[in-house]
Amino acid sequence: MSAPQARPERAEACAGNTASAPPAVLDVRQVSKVYGAGETAVHALRGVSMRVEPGDYVAIMGASGSGKSTLMNILGCLDVPTGGRYLLDGTDAGSLDERQLSILRNRKIGFIFQSFNLISRMSALGNVELPLAYGGIKSADRRRRALAALAQVGLADRVDHEPNELSGGQQQRVAVARALVTAPSLVLADEPTGNLDSKSTRDVLAVLDRLSGSGRTIVVITHEDDVAAHAGRVVRLVDGQVVEDRRRVSALEVAK
Amino acid sequence: MTFREILRFALRGLSANKLRSALTTLGILIGVGAVILLVAVGNGSSQQIQQNIERLGSNSLTITKSTSGRAGGLARLFGGGGGPGGGGNQGGQGGGANGANGATGQLQNTAPRTQAHDLTIEDARALADQANAPSIQSASPVVNAQAQAATYEGSSHTIQQVVGTYPTYFEAANRVVAQGSYFTNDDVTNARKVVVIGQTAVEDLFGTVNPVGRKIGISGVPFTVIGVLETQGGAGFQDPDDVAIAPLPAVQQSLSGFSGGLNQIVVQAKSAKVVDAAQSEATSILDQRHEISAANPADFSIINQASLQSAVSASSKTFTVLLGAVAAISLLVGGIGITNIMLVTVTERTREIGIRKAIGAPKGAILGQFMAEATVLSLVGGILGVLAGVIGSQFQVVGVKPVIVPSSILLALGVSIAIGLFFGSYPANRAAKLRPIEALRHE
Repeated sequence: MSAPQARPERAEACAGNTASAPPAVLDVRQVSKVYGAGETAVHALRGVSMRVEPGDYVAIMGASGSGKSTLMNILGCLDVPTGGRYLLDGTDAGSLDERQLSILRNRKIGFIFQSFNLISRMSALGNVELPLAYGGIKSADRRRRALAALAQVGLADRVDHEPNELSGGQQQRVAVARALVTAPSLVLADEPTGNLDSKSTRDVLAVLDRLSGSGRTIVVITHEDDVAAHAGRVVRLVDGQVVEDRRRVSALEVAK
Repeated sequence: MTFREILRFALRGLSANKLRSALTTLGILIGVGAVILLVAVGNGSSQQIQQNIERLGSNSLTITKSTSGRAGGLARLFGGGGGPGGGGNQGGQGGGANGANGATGQLQNTAPRTQAHDLTIEDARALADQANAPSIQSASPVVNAQAQAATYEGSSHTIQQVVGTYPTYFEAANRVVAQGSYFTNDDVTNARKVVVIGQTAVEDLFGTVNPVGRKIGISGVPFTVIGVLETQGGAGFQDPDDVAIAPLPAVQQSLSGFSGGLNQIVVQAKSAKVVDAAQSEATSILDQRHEISAANPADFSIINQASLQSAVSASSKTFTVLLGAVAAISLLVGGIGITNIMLVTVTERTREIGIRKAIGAPKGAILGQFMAEATVLSLVGGILGVLAGVIGSQFQVVGVKPVIVPSSILLALGVSIAIGLFFGSYPANRAAKLRPIEALRHE
């Protein structure tokens, strides 16, 4: 669980990846995922490759069944690909055991889920502190960082509220605070606005824009065009394959 | 992730379902409480029996007539407090000796062995002979008369047993006169109708009047009260204080008659160390006098208080173990309750486990959290159970004053913690092994 134990493996994994000098945050190479076997096998992903550089704001789009949720699970190290390699911040996720994966999830990835996934009966502060607790951060330090993260999403006055005392938008902002409190290399959002009304959607997207502005790498999975409009790059999936990967001037950059 | 944090998560998890946690705790509480209380009851009753035996005088031997060899009359002593003269329930003595020591002391030889010798005063005298029996301090012949009606100026009381004996009996049987005096050898020689009575008889006959010097009628025969026995108390079926002790010939003359032999001879050894020597001396003397041989089995039995004590303590230990085992089963049931409730909790909180794993909770932290929950449940139950057991032991349980065995508290607490760890490990392992992706999909 502690850092000294984790480092050697990571160094090893880095050594195996000497191709590019500055590692990409995400480097997905020919990743495929098959559910089931034989006649009934479902090919959710058929050789997806993409790189995400530090600071990118990427939207992955696709209709339901296009494989975007599967990709999201693989990117978040919640699932393992059937074929291909996946490097996160230079570390080959396929070579790690369960314990190392949990450390990786804790330090490198911040999750934002469609259904918030906050732990009920635990205050906003407690929820935001949780990843730090699992990361072995000391109590005082943890509290300070959690309060800072909550302030960043505009919820400094709601720290002691439990999830059921908060609106959907507020809950999702707590989830965003939880995702960024560990200062991860990658913020991974799965339909972050899917369960929100338009006002809350604007709030949450504004927070994500601000994060992107401050240099965070963000990958958003969505099927809504106006959410994707905030991203600087849109990757479109159809039937488990990338059909479009387009950089564009995002709304954020237009505003600048 | 420190231990304190894991504990905090566990407490939060438990407090989310207060009623459920309380009921699970109750299972362990009952188990631990039952272990402590029942072991205390077993221990208490064994101590009580020990005390009853000690009260009889630990260096005394009781010789009774027997028609079935030297089988001891253990059963009769479990009634407790009767004293060596306590023939109140002698009907159950030995094997098949029913009626041999009947209420009037008359012999009704219903047993197969018809040539049995009675115990006689001569036997007692021979036992007290220093030359043949150097370990024997005294031998007191005893006749009993049961349920004798006593009267004093209009008030009446049935004295459970009237004992006719020699003055040496008082010391051998551990009976002390609290008020007035003992009767003397002179009283015996002259068959004076004097009596020393127990507290129960005093209360019923005299109330608050000082009984010493007053005359009471026992079965119509006037006796003068010369002393009152110190109360002995007892929790058996028989009240050791409902007794009257008078000179042997006086009782024979007026109550039991001379026809039968003695009911008992109470032998006092010189010290506790020579009780066994005294027993073998008494055996050889009586063997000789009663012409006992291989072909002619013994017609008397000798009850040795010391060996009786060890026999009783062995049997009461078994009793305690039995009670403890019953209680241990209820503790086991409580433990299964913990497994059950933890399995429900894990299933219920699958999604939470998924969230925790997604944000980087290692397997150990999840395992620790659920193990801690189970252990907290069982530990709290254990502590409350100890309290319940200790409080429960302050009361009499079916006539027995429980005596707590300190090691049973430690054992029960230790076992309850072990139960938490053992019965919690299966559900906790299941939680820790959940794959985050599946756990998150769980609704």
